[in-house]
Amino acid sequence: MEVRWDVFLVIVGTAIVTFIPRVLPLMVLSRFQLPEWATRWLSYVPISVMAALVAQEIFKHGEEISFSTNNVELLAAIPTFLIAIITRSLLASVLVGIISSMVLRFLFSS
Amino acid sequence: MGLANDQIETVADSSDKDTFRQGIKDCVPTLLGYLSIGFAAGVIEKTAGLSIAEIALMSLILYAGSAQFIAAGMMVASSSITTIIITIFFVNLRHLLLSAALAPYFRHLSPLRNMLVGSLLTDESFGVAMNEAAKKNYISEKWMHGLNITAYLNWCVANIAGAFFGQWISNPEKFGLDFALTAMFIGLLVLSMLSRRKIARDVVVAIIAVVIAVGTSSVMSGSMGVIVATIFASTIGMVMEKWK
Repeated sequence: MEVRWDVFLVIVGTAIVTFIPRVLPLMVLSRFQLPEWATRWLSYVPISVMAALVAQEIFKHGEEISFSTNNVELLAAIPTFLIAIITRSLLASVLVGIISSMVLRFLFSS
Repeated sequence: MGLANDQIETVADSSDKDTFRQGIKDCVPTLLGYLSIGFAAGVIEKTAGLSIAEIALMSLILYAGSAQFIAAGMMVASSSITTIIITIFFVNLRHLLLSAALAPYFRHLSPLRNMLVGSLLTDESFGVAMNEAAKKNYISEKWMHGLNITAYLNWCVANIAGAFFGQWISNPEKFGLDFALTAMFIGLLVLSMLSRRKIARDVVVAIIAVVIAVGTSSVMSGSMGVIVATIFASTIGMVMEKWK
């Protein structure tokens, strides 16, 4: 139950470099009125970030890019997308995602 | 609703729907996601040789799922402290964009209060907040704190629980736990698209982001790929809207 010195340094260091990008734009940009093109640009950021993160989670396995049909993440993403569109519920999407990937892993590993 | 962001208003907290309590309620749909990912992260940190106290400290002051997964993995690979910190810096650079996208909604607050809003910002709380913003054209500060603090406490509890149970679970992948993160990103992506009513343009932007994120992965790190994809895809979205 102890905290080692080197682990402590890693935790504090990573916490600082995580904190700064989280708060800096909010603290600085709130002092200015952003131009109209900038707010329009920022309105596309959420979709771009989420799409990029999903793409990496699905297609990237370690250093490899995989498009094969036994890509469990790609297959599990299909019902997850459908449920998200139909139910518009985050909870339902996460549940269906976990269950589909569990079932698919079970099928592919046997 | 066509150009939601042109009409951002800095409305003071007034209606019943803007309370801290409502923020807690609006966090609930994401809790299962946090629980599974936090639990999975705890299991992985435990298997990486971290003590329960170290895992607790990590979830309390680092509070970043992907960063915690990566830091644990790098500690197993006995990377240097500096390398781990630099890597996490790049992984979390995307928060610059999230924080910048939220900034217009909190312009009426002091820098210190903005810092408090940002300090618990995550991909998920950002996604929920942007859905709220798309519906109302503003975000209440109290509501945001309710959302953030609920997510934070849930994460810490799940993380520490994962650390406790980690001694018995050797392969969290088998239970689909690792896919919880992806499923939550999918849900947030779909929800934010459906709430904006710019579906065709949004789909094009998303596809461009996917192509760039995948395409860049052989030449740069995944986190840099997310940043490059976001900058390009958002710019194309902005330009398409200008010359529609």
